[in-house]
Amino acid sequence: MPNLLVPLVLAIGLLVLPWHMQQDGLLSPDWLGLWSTDPASAPALLLAARLNHAWLWPVLACGLTAAVAPMLPGRRLGGGAMLAAGLLGLALMAGQGFAVGLAGWEWPWLERLAGPLAEGQFGMGGGAALAGFGFLFTATGGAARLGAFRGDAFTAGAAGLVAIVVLLFTFWPICLALLSAFDAGLLNFAARLADRRLWGWGGSALNTLALGLAVAACTTLLGLAFALLVTRTRLPLRKLLRALTVLPIITPPFVIGLGLILILGRAGLVNQAASALFGVDLGLWIYGLPGVLLAQVFAFTPVAFLVMIGVVEGLSPTLEEAARTLRADGARTFRTVTWPLMRPGLANAFLVGFIESVSDFGNPIVLGGDYAVLSTDIYFAVVGAQADPGRAAVLAWILLAFSLSTFAIQRWLTAGRSYVSVSGKGDSGLPQPLPLGIRRLCLAVAVPWAALTVAVYALVLAGGFVRVWGRDWTPTLSHYGRAFGLGWGPGGIIWEGTAWPSLFVTLQLAGIAAPLTAGIGLLAAWLFTRQRFAGRRLLEAATLLSFAVPGTVIGVAYVRAFNVPPLELTGTGVIIVLAFISRNLPVGLRAGMAAFSQLDPSLDEASSMLRQGNGATLRRVLLPLLRPAVASALVYGFVRGVTTVSAVIFLTSGQTEMATVFIVLRAVNGDYGLAIAYASVLVAILLAAIGLITLLVGGIRIGRRTPAGVVA
Amino acid sequence: MWFGGTGDPHLSAAEEGLSQAYKPPALEKLQPWARKQAEAAEYKTIGVYAGVLGFGYNTELMAKKGIAPPRCWADLTTAPFRGEVQMANPNSSGTAYVMIATLVQLMGEDRAFAYLKALHPSINSYTRSGTGPIKAVARGETAASISFMHDAVTEAVAGFPVRANAPCEGTGYEVGSMSILRGARNLANARKFADWALSVEGQATGAATKQFQTPANVDAPLPEGAPRFADMKFIEYDFARYGSAAERKRLIERWDREIGSLPR
Repeated sequence: MPNLLVPLVLAIGLLVLPWHMQQDGLLSPDWLGLWSTDPASAPALLLAARLNHAWLWPVLACGLTAAVAPMLPGRRLGGGAMLAAGLLGLALMAGQGFAVGLAGWEWPWLERLAGPLAEGQFGMGGGAALAGFGFLFTATGGAARLGAFRGDAFTAGAAGLVAIVVLLFTFWPICLALLSAFDAGLLNFAARLADRRLWGWGGSALNTLALGLAVAACTTLLGLAFALLVTRTRLPLRKLLRALTVLPIITPPFVIGLGLILILGRAGLVNQAASALFGVDLGLWIYGLPGVLLAQVFAFTPVAFLVMIGVVEGLSPTLEEAARTLRADGARTFRTVTWPLMRPGLANAFLVGFIESVSDFGNPIVLGGDYAVLSTDIYFAVVGAQADPGRAAVLAWILLAFSLSTFAIQRWLTAGRSYVSVSGKGDSGLPQPLPLGIRRLCLAVAVPWAALTVAVYALVLAGGFVRVWGRDWTPTLSHYGRAFGLGWGPGGIIWEGTAWPSLFVTLQLAGIAAPLTAGIGLLAAWLFTRQRFAGRRLLEAATLLSFAVPGTVIGVAYVRAFNVPPLELTGTGVIIVLAFISRNLPVGLRAGMAAFSQLDPSLDEASSMLRQGNGATLRRVLLPLLRPAVASALVYGFVRGVTTVSAVIFLTSGQTEMATVFIVLRAVNGDYGLAIAYASVLVAILLAAIGLITLLVGGIRIGRRTPAGVVA
Repeated sequence: MWFGGTGDPHLSAAEEGLSQAYKPPALEKLQPWARKQAEAAEYKTIGVYAGVLGFGYNTELMAKKGIAPPRCWADLTTAPFRGEVQMANPNSSGTAYVMIATLVQLMGEDRAFAYLKALHPSINSYTRSGTGPIKAVARGETAASISFMHDAVTEAVAGFPVRANAPCEGTGYEVGSMSILRGARNLANARKFADWALSVEGQATGAATKQFQTPANVDAPLPEGAPRFADMKFIEYDFARYGSAAERKRLIERWDREIGSLPR
């Protein structure tokens, strides 16, 4: 009952929990000092009444109004009061947060008006977060009562939640970062935009575009080939194939680059064989476009595969059966029915591939050589010899323009057509086997690719067990010992290995982020595909914004936006979790949207005719049909949390060291053995996690028949 | 506390008033370059270690190709090194900038750029990152590189056939520094840490973690294999001038115009 729940949340936020942020983190025992007179752990009421935080009184008054407003009679009066109190409460919270900083007033005119403050305040914490949610849901509840969102409180709350998450943790930091491009004036911005280093032959903007398009095309086709082979054939090895395509996604990005160098580099296996057999030196061809392209296709084919397999699995076979009944042969059915139905999925996969490629950081930095791309240029503009954040902001503008225009083109291509194929109407039939030609083509593409993947991974795995990778192949276990050593002490196990602390932090943060990412992503997908309300398009575009911005920019933007109160998060685990959510939300969103666009709205209609609210329809009818999307969003959220480098490298601190950052730093120091050993363990852990998630959430079952051979 | 990293950003932070002055007791025991760094910033920062710019090379690959190890800047422009050397791109790498600034101070600006132009045919790649070239040397991807010598030692200790030489004409160096930030919450502990970092025990942690920079404390043992300042010829590196943003921008733009745009 939201009528009681929301005021309760408000009350806890304002009266019970500490208003400010805890210096030692969410799990510190400071929480237990409720009602203590230490400003760091006192709730808002106490702060205002006893601790000179008089600027909190308006917030508290507004909280009381918001808690009482739902009890007011009448649609207009009650709804209006709720909306007003909720919005005012949010505004007051933000206002006081920006106005009073660590050392008193932040704005000089306030100081002149009200005199200097004796003390300032810390950043907002748990109490403030709950109060914020309370105000937000009061406002959305009021809006629904006034008739917006078709009067549905759940839809209104969901829209409000997605909006605030996107606004605070994507839009605001990125806007701050992008606006800094104009710090030196508009003319300077224009001059930098037209830089020869960007658009000339070999310029980084041109390079990025070419690379992105090539990678997107390759990954989409490979992803499709794998998805078709896995779902539409009875290939004996398809389980293995499925596992193989998932491998690169769970590997920290630079590992693939190093593996490729080992095979194809100047001192690599291929080159050594070539010079021994034919006496030719193949040279340094891998550094530059070919190497980056290869590594990125390796790294991002699995993403395309995850998008495509959701689409192919969700494709109802009814239409194909109908085509076969009308005497179309296999090839024709594929061309005229299956292929067109997959178009939104293909467009999605292409989009994802392009954006992943242009925002990738790990591979260009390992294999790029002279080949400059925007994402690494941005990084070096910030940390390199130029120390020029303005230039970084200009480059971020260009990158953003690339991704947004791809997005627009994709929308334009798939607009105005219906791809619904799963409806509530009875039996769905059995998937058709692939036509022979298509099947051969898929095999011809997929098998060599799988072989190369196996080779890279075999070498990488071997690297953890030899003394010096690529040189001294004496077997040893010392790398694993140094990373994951265990000791026995009087107090039980002692985690001696150097890798343990970062491993625990990583699993914890990624584990928190994954369900949040999947939940918000699917909720947003449902809002954007199933609901109609004002501002929906804008919200959707803003949600996708963070996907279009490379991790390095997000990292810098976060550090800049969340370094000072009201949201003082730099150096905490919270900021990393938030970065994960904002970075990975769009993928859950797109997977969810692709899945929703295949489910007939008549399912929703039937449910609402049976008097179910939107929330119940989502939970009881749509979610069970969305299991593959839920599973892939969870998997992707967790995996990305564990393997991301680019954004996180700016956000980690001594207390929150992440595994990938640790590994990269070991590799940079030439300690490949430990880096590889650690990476292998991460891969194993991720495989186990994926298995567990798939087991718990499960796959989709649309049809009610099983193939005849199995039934007997 | 802000510990480590090349000295230039520490100096500019001190200039902007982001750090606070502190004179650790070990000040008298420090190498002149470490003290000079502190004096330049009114003790708002202090040198902890130094890295020397030099050549790294792969002994196996050099032997296979029959090239003699590089000893002087002039060697790198000779025919045997054609297409065999890597250096970083100064647009992105501080290491490459230190090299250009060193050459400018060593030869004079115009002659330095003439040298860089003559060097261009020898360079097979201007990498994005400063440590990229020495990694390539270690893995046998390129024969020689222009790198900090301590990075070459790290690779050698890791088991790769890497050696490093200091240029015979003279070379430059970077001063890794530390600063105490203004408004530090635990000032007493920060000072305690600074004292320890410059003490003999603190300085010895570098060698223990396979970092082979030259320590600032004269009493601290030199890690085995670390470059010994006394054995090399140095330029009088003018950190104030070549650390300034304007000079840096000008030199990098000149490099971009005259060398970065050359065809290969």
